[in-house]
Amino acid sequence: MNASIGVGPRRRGTHPVAWWGWALLLATAASRTANPWLLLLIVAVSGLVVTWCRGDEPWSGAYRVFLLIGATAIAVRMMFYIVFGGAEGTTVLFELPSIRLPEWAAGFRLGGAVSAEGALAAVWDGLRLATLLVCVGAANALASPRRLLRSVPAALYEVSVAVVVALSVAPQLVSGVARIRRARALRGNMSRNPVNVMRTVVVPVLHDALDRSLALAAAMASRGHGRAAGVPTATRRATSASLLIGLLGLCAGAYALLGTATPAPAAWSLLTLGAAAAVFGIVFASRRVPHTRYRTDVFGPRDWAVLLSGAAAVAGTVLSGMAEPGTIWPATSPLAAPPLPLYAACGVLIAAAPAVVAPTRTRTGTG
Amino acid sequence: MIHFDRVSFRYEDRLILDDVSLDVPEGEFCLLVGTTGAGKSTLLRSVNGLVPHFTGGTMTGEITVAGRSVRTSSPADLADVVGYVAQDPLAGFVTDEVELELAYTAEQLGLPQSSMRKRVTEIVDLLGLADVRGRDLAALSSGQRQRVAIGAALVAGPSALVLDEPTSALDPGAADEVLSALHRLVHDLGVTVLLAEHRLERVVQYADSALLLQDGKVTAGSPGEILATAPVAPPVVRLGTLAGWPGPPVTIRQARRAAAGLRERLADRAPAEAPAPVGATLLEASGVTVDHPGVRAVDGVDLAAARGERIALMGRNGSGKSSLLWALQGTGRRTAGSVSIAGEDPAGLKPGRRRVLAGLVPSEPADLLYAETVAEECAGADRDGGAPAGSCAKILADLVDGLDDGAHPRDLSEGQRLALALAVTLTAAPPLLLLDEPTRGLDYPGKAALTGRLRALAETGHCVIVSTHDVEFVAEFASRVVILSDGQVVADGPARDIVSASPMFAPQVEKILPGRLTVGEVADALEGIDADDDAE
Repeated sequence: MNASIGVGPRRRGTHPVAWWGWALLLATAASRTANPWLLLLIVAVSGLVVTWCRGDEPWSGAYRVFLLIGATAIAVRMMFYIVFGGAEGTTVLFELPSIRLPEWAAGFRLGGAVSAEGALAAVWDGLRLATLLVCVGAANALASPRRLLRSVPAALYEVSVAVVVALSVAPQLVSGVARIRRARALRGNMSRNPVNVMRTVVVPVLHDALDRSLALAAAMASRGHGRAAGVPTATRRATSASLLIGLLGLCAGAYALLGTATPAPAAWSLLTLGAAAAVFGIVFASRRVPHTRYRTDVFGPRDWAVLLSGAAAVAGTVLSGMAEPGTIWPATSPLAAPPLPLYAACGVLIAAAPAVVAPTRTRTGTG
Repeated sequence: MIHFDRVSFRYEDRLILDDVSLDVPEGEFCLLVGTTGAGKSTLLRSVNGLVPHFTGGTMTGEITVAGRSVRTSSPADLADVVGYVAQDPLAGFVTDEVELELAYTAEQLGLPQSSMRKRVTEIVDLLGLADVRGRDLAALSSGQRQRVAIGAALVAGPSALVLDEPTSALDPGAADEVLSALHRLVHDLGVTVLLAEHRLERVVQYADSALLLQDGKVTAGSPGEILATAPVAPPVVRLGTLAGWPGPPVTIRQARRAAAGLRERLADRAPAEAPAPVGATLLEASGVTVDHPGVRAVDGVDLAAARGERIALMGRNGSGKSSLLWALQGTGRRTAGSVSIAGEDPAGLKPGRRRVLAGLVPSEPADLLYAETVAEECAGADRDGGAPAGSCAKILADLVDGLDDGAHPRDLSEGQRLALALAVTLTAAPPLLLLDEPTRGLDYPGKAALTGRLRALAETGHCVIVSTHDVEFVAEFASRVVILSDGQVVADGPARDIVSASPMFAPQVEKILPGRLTVGEVADALEGIDADDDAE
């Protein structure tokens, strides 16, 4: 126990912002395609990087939890297709008794024919959602939530409790699950009934995680996080307003961009304006909040490499989207094995670089 | 320094602080005393504005700290005048490393880097953290963690330090480290300390004054005066009151000087030794080994226990007590060795069958509870265990009176929640009962109630094994003590022999009147003398 671990310059892990950036870029790449090979490749790459680069902290188990959530997402998407229908096809697998809905619900059906083409489209759509979730899971497993909290701009103090809870709840959840499940075994309750699991595992774990996140937020507040001492009220209100407007603009812009109803230039300008307002709010408010660093948390070359490798995945999908659009959004009707988009696959493979660039620091003598 | 002027605090329709006025002068070490649920944490948290800024509720009156009004400032604004250390240091850590954690408040205050380094170094020296300065927080012992939490609250140079149960989760040695560090702070830096603690026997010797919080009202006075009338008092004070010593004395030293007469009176009366009623052997464990990644938590422990035994498992934090309990119950990991309870190995059984052999109440009793009301919890326990409806409710009624059936288990007091978890465990009627650190959140009446319940269970043929740091609880409860160190048994024997042989584990009464463990024993002996005198 007394063998000191931290003697000499510490070899620090990769910056949490780099991990989140990498994971979100990978998620962006996933959202730009419905090609199952590509999606599976993204899941594999994220899995590889998590295995090689995660530490042994409590939150490192997050990836497995998110894999499970992803699998559930596919199952739920499939169920929705079977019950409510979706893409139609000619290869009917089986037929459910269908119910005619009243006039006002036109466009929906309940039951009816279940076709192979429709089912395939549903699975691929579910897989896309699952891949997005798995990318978020990878970020949670890789990035230290505490170090990430330190990187949050002080300007967000107005919403600091919300930020702390948002950033720390997932890791707290993961560490809570094992404890609660063990206690459940003590009661002899091994039921796998979803309602029972919901009540006896999910609810206590959520309760516990929220309690802990709030305790952390309280501790941060009593340690001076987000001090506004000496800042005039009017200025504080102005910065909060610009932050809020900026975030709303960002959301609206992202929604417009993903939807098809808004023309692209309008969506982009909305997004840019929102981003500008948010950045202005953060920069302006950060200037007003006195804040120093004990030791600068440098965003080094390795962190940039991680971030760039994530960007390569997005670039790959964009290239493929221009050069071979049919492969990025493969048709399910008629039934055929979708081809592998070449550029995108190369991009995603480059995103596996962190496994080589930033493997877990080798620790010896912990104990 | 800390000044309350007619402060009332109400949460929904519960009045928690009722017209409280108090004044803690500069440089004083002040102890806040009260039963669980009296509102001690609320009062402490209102000093830096966490109550009501963070919790909601209605507060009237005026609180000032070092001349700054708490009403108009947020907790963050007050970080430079009040340092607040919460119950669980690990839950409040913002960073992963000792040095960064210590510097956090200074960073938030915007101190320049050079003076930050100087401050951090000063605090490291003051709290004896030099050899762990560069470590990860996760690699620290619990006493070191608590000292880091105190240091982190001190770096900004606050004039007041507020601590909520800083030693309740610590073993006696770690508690000593923390308290002597605090004592040094009061002397060297002149910090005003306001501290709440259930284990009064540990802290009262350091206190200059005390505040009693009862039914929302606060009474101030010297520690002796306050504790003589308080519903919670450490054994030394209860002994002093029993013997009629003036004061009464609050420290062992004072009490020893007053005790000469009593020692003489008791000299010719050997403590009545009730032979421990030991039944048939129930538990046989040999060579139990538990490996966690990178650590051997339990290392080849042999333990046999019989029905009717009351065993206390003691040892420093991290000595393997919890791992051993979980391994004995069978739900926890066991790397090697064998466990047999009434002839069966629990690890090989289904969880439902396992809990009929051995019940374990984990250190966080709330983990066992998941219903929305007490009544539903009991019904659920009956269903889980296949017991006839109403069994759990009946056990609960035997354990504790006047529990509201409709209350949410999380809203109960610590003692009530523990009783509920115990009732849920007992519904399966296991002959072996294991409790992990049950006294952490309990005050003296709560502990006395728990002792009574566990003794009654042992008399009806259960074997009860409790892991604990609480030497006073051990003195009241245990018939046998097992001490673990680094996963190995280093001492095992009758409670009286083991605790009196070690200054670290000796209860207060034993230090004053060698040979006696509890105030109850002394009272019985005195009664015996009086009866003999009357007979003559």
